[in-house]
Amino acid sequence: MPLLEQGRLVADAFVAIADDARLPDGAPALVSLARLQAEATALLARNAQLGVLLPNDTDPSALAPFLHRLSLVALRFPKHRDGRAFTQARALREHHGFAGEIRATGHVLPDQHAFLLRCGFSTVEVAESADLAAWQRGLHAIPIAYQPAVAGDATPLGLLRRHVAVG
Amino acid sequence: MSGPAKARPATQPVAITANDLADGRVVWLAADGGWTRNLAAARIFAPEEAAHALAQGQAAERARRVVGAYAVEVELLAGVPRPLRFRERLRATGPSVDAIPRPALPIAV
Amino acid sequence: MDQHAAIPPHARTYRYDAVDRDFLAARIAEFRDQVQRRLAGELTEDEFKPLRLMNGLYLQLHAYMLRVAIPYGVLDSRQLRQLAFIARRFDRGFGHFTTRQNIQFNWTKLEDAPDMLAALAEVDMHAIQTSGNCIRNVTTDEFAGAAADELVDPRVYAEILRQWSTLHPEFSYLPRKFKIAITGAPHDRVAAKVHDIGVIAKRNAEGAIGFEVWVGGGLGRTPVVGTLIHDFVPEAELLAYLEAVLRVYNVLGQRDNIYKARIKILVRDLGDEFRDLVEAEFAAMPRGRYRLDPEVVQAIAAHFAPPAFATLVDDPPALRRARAEDRRFAAWCATSTHPHRTPGYASVVISLKPIGGIPGDASAEQMEAVADLADRFSFGEIRVSHVQNLVLPHVRQEDLPALHAALDAHGLATPNVGLVTDIIACPGMDYCALATARSIPVAQRISERFADLDRQLDIGTLHVNISGCINACGHHHVGHIGLLGVDKRGEEVYQITLGGSATNDAAIGELIGPAFSYDAVVDAVETLVRTYVAHRTQGELFKDTYRRIGPAPFKEALYAPA
Repeated sequence: MPLLEQGRLVADAFVAIADDARLPDGAPALVSLARLQAEATALLARNAQLGVLLPNDTDPSALAPFLHRLSLVALRFPKHRDGRAFTQARALREHHGFAGEIRATGHVLPDQHAFLLRCGFSTVEVAESADLAAWQRGLHAIPIAYQPAVAGDATPLGLLRRHVAVG
Repeated sequence: MSGPAKARPATQPVAITANDLADGRVVWLAADGGWTRNLAAARIFAPEEAAHALAQGQAAERARRVVGAYAVEVELLAGVPRPLRFRERLRATGPSVDAIPRPALPIAV
Repeated sequence: MDQHAAIPPHARTYRYDAVDRDFLAARIAEFRDQVQRRLAGELTEDEFKPLRLMNGLYLQLHAYMLRVAIPYGVLDSRQLRQLAFIARRFDRGFGHFTTRQNIQFNWTKLEDAPDMLAALAEVDMHAIQTSGNCIRNVTTDEFAGAAADELVDPRVYAEILRQWSTLHPEFSYLPRKFKIAITGAPHDRVAAKVHDIGVIAKRNAEGAIGFEVWVGGGLGRTPVVGTLIHDFVPEAELLAYLEAVLRVYNVLGQRDNIYKARIKILVRDLGDEFRDLVEAEFAAMPRGRYRLDPEVVQAIAAHFAPPAFATLVDDPPALRRARAEDRRFAAWCATSTHPHRTPGYASVVISLKPIGGIPGDASAEQMEAVADLADRFSFGEIRVSHVQNLVLPHVRQEDLPALHAALDAHGLATPNVGLVTDIIACPGMDYCALATARSIPVAQRISERFADLDRQLDIGTLHVNISGCINACGHHHVGHIGLLGVDKRGEEVYQITLGGSATNDAAIGELIGPAFSYDAVVDAVETLVRTYVAHRTQGELFKDTYRRIGPAPFKEALYAPA
């Protein structure tokens, strides 16, 4: 499916691998948390990038032992109103210092685009039929923010934010 | 929550109601297939026609003329329909309280 | 619209800058486009509904309803005049002030809604976050910045919380709506303990400002008094601590059952563990990023600097004379003024509860009159209280007779603030699509029953709260006498709860027995009041009498065979 980074289409290097499927040699693979936990030694020893899909009812600290070897954490929105993944992304950045790709998957709306990035997501997986112009607009529709962003100061500053020391 | 009558087979005559898309006012499906603000002018369907009647209302909803069509059970008093549930009687007649009604002013210059 | 002059120069309200205004303009343009697409048939109701709700537009029984946020209940005269203009131009000439310090316009047309929002934006107002599973309008003490007993001005922190919660990227898709109240006085006038979060600002022995944080209070289907989870969050950590609370809720709050999705259920289910989780999150988060710097507080506080009060004395001779000469004025002074911290001043409550009127409703003429009186007597400032009255916060005591006469001319001097006819009531089934029974006509009939002023004064302080459904917008659980209208086989009946309180001794009222019909409920209230008066000790409030003697005498009076 199309993958957006800062509103631009980018290539998705990762291949999602079913739990019972063989891992491809030397290619970036996206696996489930269950598989990562079951086959950690083998998976972490591979000479290729590794990503994991974290269920949205699981505390990101479950990934702590593996994060140094992970290039991608995919978080899932079962429906757009279910905002748990926003907090998971924050936790990955703030508590675990994860610097790799955090990807939004599932049911997300263009209206949520800017919020996703401010909470630490770096990419969004959108439907094949997605209106990319709408996703672009969603990124820039609101010109201000009143809260500090995980992503730093690339976005314009809000009133309160103007004065708040950057942590 | 009260809300519209639960979806169960009608046992009494029904009228089809909704809210007008543009101004939100209560409207009733009329005999000519249009929508009227006056319950007395609504078409009354026999209980066994209720499902078919509601489908008409929902078609209008899809055509973006009204919002939230549903069937309301009524009794006929001397030929005049009166909803069985209090909530629907209130919808038909408007608020029961006298709320300083006055017409909106003409467009401001 | 030339009548909307500049912001009254003395009014202490938060002033928008160009950035805020650009944001509102962008939001309105976006919504105007969405409305046009809906009317043109390009959007279905399913697609459009969340978009209109994000802009405060509900579809009620008889029309659309626009709910406008009044941030922490603070208005300047220019804004109130604009609300009057909107009421007259787009509604039927009135508006309804709510228990969340907001205003609702009951007769909105979809096609007018973008113009209404544009008119609001002209005076720095909007309807954002008055719906949806986000942090709603933060409420505070209607006497903020004026009350004699105030320790910390809560407007400063309410404004900080308003900014922090506006379009919060992490907390706009919570399990359920989220309501925060903040006060800075030892006497809780904001119902802090029945909010999702109640914040009570205070000072420690060194004079530093900090906050008690109460979590998980609420009314509705599962009424519960909140839990104190922190006794003193330092000022600099306020946002960090609230972030921590919201994070725990966002992750763990129930999302599969709308009736169990509020934070109160999570707090109840987790018990002490809830606090531990918040503390763990708070300890782990990068606090520098969420630190509330003193310079921010100062910059915001500058908006709320005290106006230029004159040097006056309390209870001037002219006021004493007027009270002695006019019993009605004296009663109004006794019920409708609140002690001000500055000598010679008072805060004045304007009752929106005329006998037989609709609680919280004000006509456009009344709004304009109040705006004019605010300019004349109160530095151009007005407050909305959570009991659905208006307040002029800073009035010279020597001006009280003139103000009273002016209010009286507009039907705004009913001397019943805090009395049995100062009833809280939600719109109920007369307007609300969720309601199961009417509230307004019940309030009107109770008000007419107790119209006699001497009798009201004899009964004294008594809070009657009425809700038209279990969602409890009329705060019935925390009324001394609470009425809840429910649907029984298609007809309205009213359950009665007794002994509730919304203040420091917050308590949920207890159901007294079987419900009463619409026709019988006013007699039931009368019986309860008579029973209270017969049993009370000197100066004892209804809720305290109820707690002392228990339900039995009330039950017997209500249900014993005649």
